[in-house]
Amino acid sequence: MARNLTKVYGDKRAVDDLTFTVEPGVVTGFLGPNGSGKSTTMRLILGLDAPTAGDVTVNGKHYRDLVAPLHEVGALLEARSVHTGRSAYGHLLALAQTHGILRRRVNELIDLVGLHDVAKKRAGQFSLGMGQRLGIATALLGDPSTLLLDEPVNGLDPEGIHWIRNLLKGLAAEGRTVFVSSHLMGEMALTADRLIVIGRGKLIANTTVDEFVARASAKVVLVRSPELERLRMVLAAPAVTFEGGERGALEVHGLTAQQLGDAAAEHGIAIHELTPQQASLEEAFMSLTRTEVEFPSKQDEKPAAEVAA
Amino acid sequence: MSTLAPAIPPLEHVGRVTQLRVFISESTKLRSVRSTKWSLLAAFVFTIGIPAVAATVVSHHWPHMNAHDRADFHPLDVSLVGVQLAQLAIGVLGVLVITAEYSTGMIRASMTAAPKRLPVLWGKAVVFALVTFALMTPAVVIAFFASQAILSGRHIDIAFSHPGVPRAVFGAALYLTAIGLFGLGLGAIVRNTAGGIATFAGLMFVLPPLMNVLPASWNSAASPYLPLQAGEALMALHRGNQLAPWVGFAVLCAYAAAALAIAAVLLERRDV
Repeated sequence: MARNLTKVYGDKRAVDDLTFTVEPGVVTGFLGPNGSGKSTTMRLILGLDAPTAGDVTVNGKHYRDLVAPLHEVGALLEARSVHTGRSAYGHLLALAQTHGILRRRVNELIDLVGLHDVAKKRAGQFSLGMGQRLGIATALLGDPSTLLLDEPVNGLDPEGIHWIRNLLKGLAAEGRTVFVSSHLMGEMALTADRLIVIGRGKLIANTTVDEFVARASAKVVLVRSPELERLRMVLAAPAVTFEGGERGALEVHGLTAQQLGDAAAEHGIAIHELTPQQASLEEAFMSLTRTEVEFPSKQDEKPAAEVAA
Repeated sequence: MSTLAPAIPPLEHVGRVTQLRVFISESTKLRSVRSTKWSLLAAFVFTIGIPAVAATVVSHHWPHMNAHDRADFHPLDVSLVGVQLAQLAIGVLGVLVITAEYSTGMIRASMTAAPKRLPVLWGKAVVFALVTFALMTPAVVIAFFASQAILSGRHIDIAFSHPGVPRAVFGAALYLTAIGLFGLGLGAIVRNTAGGIATFAGLMFVLPPLMNVLPASWNSAASPYLPLQAGEALMALHRGNQLAPWVGFAVLCAYAAAALAIAAVLLERRDV
């Protein structure tokens, strides 16, 4: 879908050499901190912005070449895209008419997203959550095979978030391509199957949620030993850090359980417990994006895969 | 709420994006916001109401007016005086039709639905021009007959059949339509409501007095080609320092066309 996609605004590389493909039938999360280039990527996909370099296509075509774009791609952008003086009904009808979609469809979608009672009210009076529901109705209007949703749960109440989560899973189960951005890891852990993670416009990871967590967890090990101080000295290395140390337990970062166990055996240190730690998606995300945030300039030459490793 | 994903109702009718469909969409957009209704209502009321008031005042004062004032009076000018105010409402609405999409973010939805972009600009221009002309034609005709009926009490009216009068009356509707398109073109270039209105008002109303700083010969040579003076030639019965009626109107149309053409090129090139 995206190949070497790059967008430069002034001297800022908002999207930097992104290459990825989003597959149908699963929910793909698009994860990154605020300002990491998610929304820009969405705009590039929709042809609203032209890439500085690289290319992005939907179903093999540039968005601007689609003859019935709303039927192929349904989009919810993070920035409001509704005339504040127009009713929800008028907004959806005007968009529907560009594709010859009937009024009945507009009414069905207004009911589906739960805006029936406020359909004739001006959208400027909508709450954030109602605005999101209208945006989702807009995205679903053309019965699209691909959905691009930028931060869809923003401003929704718990019931609305629950509704979106099930909606997205349902849409993916129908074989559609569902691409959802978020800066909320927890939300992605519940909704997404696959993850594309970016930081500062660069690809950090393109993997499944499970793998993503496993990769970050693999090098955190909880160890219990009566000889913790000796163990510390044996393991000391630039890439290895320690946390805790009270009550005979130590969390070792930067080594696998196997490496740690072998090292202990070599020096004859008794081990009482050796447990690889399962990081939460949030911790995994933090550990993988830390370098992107703290040492951005040094990472420029490295391919994404190395940064993530 | 059910924990099952709600089924999306199947879509029965969907087609490709065509210019005709974008016209229909743009007419819905124009109808479904308040600023359209208020601006058009204001233009309609100004066009008819101000000549009626002016004709009443003139009729009332006619016995007390001196010969000089009577010589300056022209009945057709009274009938078209409302156009002066209506053009502000129409021009500002022309700017708003496009800049409101940028200020609210609607433009992103519009361009996502019609990613070829240009059909949206043509759709707005054609729909707005048709609506303006369809509304302002009866307005200027009513303004003419109402104000002339009032003036006829003093026998100072002018007949519709008088040479040049039909051209001036229908020309007023054409003039307002062209002004609206000029505003729309400027709005599409500037993409900002305040900037668009300022540009429109500047070119239309501020530039003419500024021409007075030029040497007199330059001023009189250039001024007829400014959008306001050029367009007003179509509504004048007696030529002062003005172009011929249809030449002047063509010049105004050229301004509008140039603004729309520049807007079209920029729309293709700029990020939304």
